[in-house]
Amino acid sequence: MAIRHHDEITGAILDEESELSLSELCRACGMPAERIIALVEEGVIEPRGHRTRWRFSGICVRRVRKVYTLERDLGVNLAGAALALDLLEEIERLQARLARLESRED
Amino acid sequence: MEYKDYYSILGLERGADQAEIKRAYRKLARKYHPDVSKEEQAEDRFKEVSEAYEVLKDPEKRAAYDQVGAGYHSGEEFRPPPGWDAGFEFHGGGYTEADPEAFSDFFESLFGRAGGFGGGFGGAQRRQFHAEGENTYAKIAIDLEDSYRGGTRQITLKHSVLGPDGRPQIKERKLNVKIPKGITEGQQIRLTGQGEPGVGEGKPGDLYLEITFNPHRLYHAEGKTVYLDLPLTPWEAALGAKVQAPTPDGPVHLTIPANSKDGSKLRLKGRGIPAKEPGDLYVVLNVVAPPANTEAEKDAYRQFSQAFEFDPRTGMGG
Repeated sequence: MAIRHHDEITGAILDEESELSLSELCRACGMPAERIIALVEEGVIEPRGHRTRWRFSGICVRRVRKVYTLERDLGVNLAGAALALDLLEEIERLQARLARLESRED
Repeated sequence: MEYKDYYSILGLERGADQAEIKRAYRKLARKYHPDVSKEEQAEDRFKEVSEAYEVLKDPEKRAAYDQVGAGYHSGEEFRPPPGWDAGFEFHGGGYTEADPEAFSDFFESLFGRAGGFGGGFGGAQRRQFHAEGENTYAKIAIDLEDSYRGGTRQITLKHSVLGPDGRPQIKERKLNVKIPKGITEGQQIRLTGQGEPGVGEGKPGDLYLEITFNPHRLYHAEGKTVYLDLPLTPWEAALGAKVQAPTPDGPVHLTIPANSKDGSKLRLKGRGIPAKEPGDLYVVLNVVAPPANTEAEKDAYRQFSQAFEFDPRTGMGG
């Protein structure tokens, strides 16, 4: 698909409501199915539906990629990367709250 | 081309042993990992650190680097001597899964490009003549208003393309990306075919853009819920009032109920981020007491103290 340099391009949103099949998620994340299945077993991502017809939310792409880069770059194992991801998201939530509360003090 | 001092990037002496190199790398990688660090330059620092480690952790590459770089200092103009790598043998498998796109010209001039022989997922596919391009992942910071109204943002991407000499080179590419209305922080936009180019007749990969919001003077978003702090005078809060408040959709008229407390929230249903199911906007009341400067103002406060049997410190003991 050739796209000229300054054309405006429109993408699809990957959000909580978008649904991906296992193979679509594999493609999106650039990973084999075994990796995705391991992440499901670790509880990093939670698909809806029965194992033969898993549906993943669009948010999973980000979680899968983050766990992958954490494992690759920091030498942590899957469980460690999953923990780091949960903690990072918790920190993000707290920072958002903190920013909100601090703005009241101005 | 600038000489890069891989030892000083990792904060090491030239004689550091392999265990020290690994330790220094791990520590810096944790500090600057783009998924972990909130520091401004984290991503650039992380790339530098990864590149330094890529070379120093491998005894072959480290020896070559030490030999060719002896006498150079960081930032100096560097020219590899012709035939410098004779006698060294670099094994294709020596590259890790680190992102080879990220490495500098300096690295490439010494060791060539890691791409194409990299380990990691998809490595096997890349060796076929036709192969789909890899997906790429990037972050983009937008304003909250962009999510309310939709908009276009220009982003700059670094891509590897085949140069006239048949060697891949890094090219910058600008894209005008449409920001879909209702997008929230952490969601991604998938741009089909905007990833790495394919090999042969392979299709290009997709580009995934993760959305973050720039900090806003007035609003804070958490998911699709948006918060606004609204300052009120004590009498507005006590007596009730009609006030105007800004929202990302434009100003609204609010009725403040009598005896509203500081910190209490008014919910404006559906005025948060206009997702498929729109979020709510919470107006958080912030009661601000004015300072008493003039005599009249001081009198007003004195009348307060006459009128009220009010001790905010009841129950504190002591």
